[in-house]
Amino acid sequence: MSIELQHLKKTYENGEEVLTDINTTIENGQFYILVGASGSGKSTILNAIAGFIPIDEGAVIINGKDVTQLPPKDRNLSMVFQNYALMPNLTVSENIVFGLAARHTDKDIQQKKLREVLNLVHLEEYKNKKPGNLSGGQRQRVSLARALVSDAQIILMDEPLSNLDAKLRAEMRKEIRSLQQQLGITVIYVTHDQTEAMTMGDQVMLLNEGKIEQIGSPLDLYNVPANTFVADFFGSPAINLVDVSIKNDILELNNTFKIPFNFENVQGKFKLGARPENIVIKNSGQLKGKVTHIEPLGDGTNLEVDIGLVEPFRIKVSEQIHLMIGDSVNFDILPDKVLLFTLEGNLIKIGQSELTVV
Amino acid sequence: MQTSNFQKTSRLILLISVTILLLLPLILGISLSLSSSQSIAQGNLWPKHLEFGNYIKVFTNTPMAKFLLHSFIVSGLVMIGQVVLSAMAAYAFVFLNFRFKKSVFILFLSTMMLPFEAQIIPNFATMRDLNLLNTYAAIGLPFLASAFGTFMMKTSFEQIPTALRQLSDIEGLNHFQFATKVVVPYTRVSIITFALYSFLTNWNMYLWPLIATTNDKVRTVQIGLRQLRSQDTASNWGLIMAVTIISVIPTLLIIFLGQKYFKKGLTNGVIK
Repeated sequence: MSIELQHLKKTYENGEEVLTDINTTIENGQFYILVGASGSGKSTILNAIAGFIPIDEGAVIINGKDVTQLPPKDRNLSMVFQNYALMPNLTVSENIVFGLAARHTDKDIQQKKLREVLNLVHLEEYKNKKPGNLSGGQRQRVSLARALVSDAQIILMDEPLSNLDAKLRAEMRKEIRSLQQQLGITVIYVTHDQTEAMTMGDQVMLLNEGKIEQIGSPLDLYNVPANTFVADFFGSPAINLVDVSIKNDILELNNTFKIPFNFENVQGKFKLGARPENIVIKNSGQLKGKVTHIEPLGDGTNLEVDIGLVEPFRIKVSEQIHLMIGDSVNFDILPDKVLLFTLEGNLIKIGQSELTVV
Repeated sequence: MQTSNFQKTSRLILLISVTILLLLPLILGISLSLSSSQSIAQGNLWPKHLEFGNYIKVFTNTPMAKFLLHSFIVSGLVMIGQVVLSAMAAYAFVFLNFRFKKSVFILFLSTMMLPFEAQIIPNFATMRDLNLLNTYAAIGLPFLASAFGTFMMKTSFEQIPTALRQLSDIEGLNHFQFATKVVVPYTRVSIITFALYSFLTNWNMYLWPLIATTNDKVRTVQIGLRQLRSQDTASNWGLIMAVTIISVIPTLLIIFLGQKYFKKGLTNGVIK
């Protein structure tokens, strides 16, 4: 079941553009993630695929068939909602077969399928309970089971883990991902959480104000961000983005620090992106500043160092270091991992080599 | 601590005195209904010994049983009608799209501003022309459409999560299935609240049933009560009190049993 979105456009009555020309192909069996801040249009795309809202222009094509004008029930998909959408008066089992019952599926088949999915989501012992007596994670499993039972090959998920606590979220991430792999279904997953996008997706579409910023595998988006928005969205702590000027192989930050960098033939003003983990602390480091914030994580340490720029430099080291706020620190940026963007924010170079990827 | 205790005590005293004040007529009524005529004639407010004869006489010496039955029939029918019609109207306002939806709803609500007294003459003329006077239809028909009920149902239908609507769309539920499988179960507290409220209102109605009837064929208990006082039984206060107590029993029952629904249902949707 592949899905194709062709030139989707949607404008609200007040003239606000929520989607501007969305194009993508979602392959069969892919875990496809739509990620972005609220208002970026990710839920609108999901609603357009499901058929809940009409779109102004463009087409939704499922398995080669144009379904743009079809009602949701004829699109052969199912959905998992953020707030579970369970009927409080029905038991877990009744909730799961809700759709089958509405379609008047044979009772024996209903029961057989019910047993299968209860087993898949480990809810056998809760099958006669009401949703009110279940935890958030269990409720979301019921909702998941209801989506699985319908035999639809495409499942749309609208921020299904947002209402869960951090530990449960990590558990459910794993569970949803492995179910999807096991059953080979196509999942379109909406989230605002970069961790979910990174850890679960085969393909990720990053949206910003109704426009696609980049589509690619999670690591592509992290390693080769098309622009500063993408670079800034992924990674925690966020990437350091600083204005620099390069002249005669000397990189100059804020008129204070001059570092010899081997950028062949590159001259002018740029934005430099350096991931916090691509910075090393060493006494001979060419950059120097004062520690303004320190987060010991146990397995590593996050630092913020003020070197006189607008924002402090974010540094992530993988060992425990013992520094106090106010201590001065020397560090170096690993030249091979540096991202170079134009002042408008488009990626032009990675490290010291020419950019060949884009 | 001192102030909070003081506040608590003064609040309790206030509540208890208001309760006594409000309960007094009811208690007095019960007390008189259990007294013999002589006891009342002597000016006693409390019976010397309990006398249940008045309650038996209500059913043997007066036509009140008939009136009670009429009241049950009328209130029940109007209740069912109001609930069904209000729910259906609210469903249309919430889940269907049609032109001038907002304006129609405002028009609907504006009928709440028209007091019933102002509608009595046109309603009477309509019932008379339809030849319905002295029937249950005459008493009930003008009340079947309830703007308040529609408003209340609409508010509670709007509380149904969009996701449930979307789920039903995906599963292909039609409007009837969506209404019976999702909307009604989800909003049953509001529906029960409105049903009880509707029954009570109709049970206690006096003016319209009186106007819509010219004989006792379908008259309700409130009219019966009034008639009893103007008849020769007028001096028998014990009997009248017994009838009164019987006629408030449904009200009391509904309020006792329905209290939790009233609290939940009427405040539903107040906090958004």
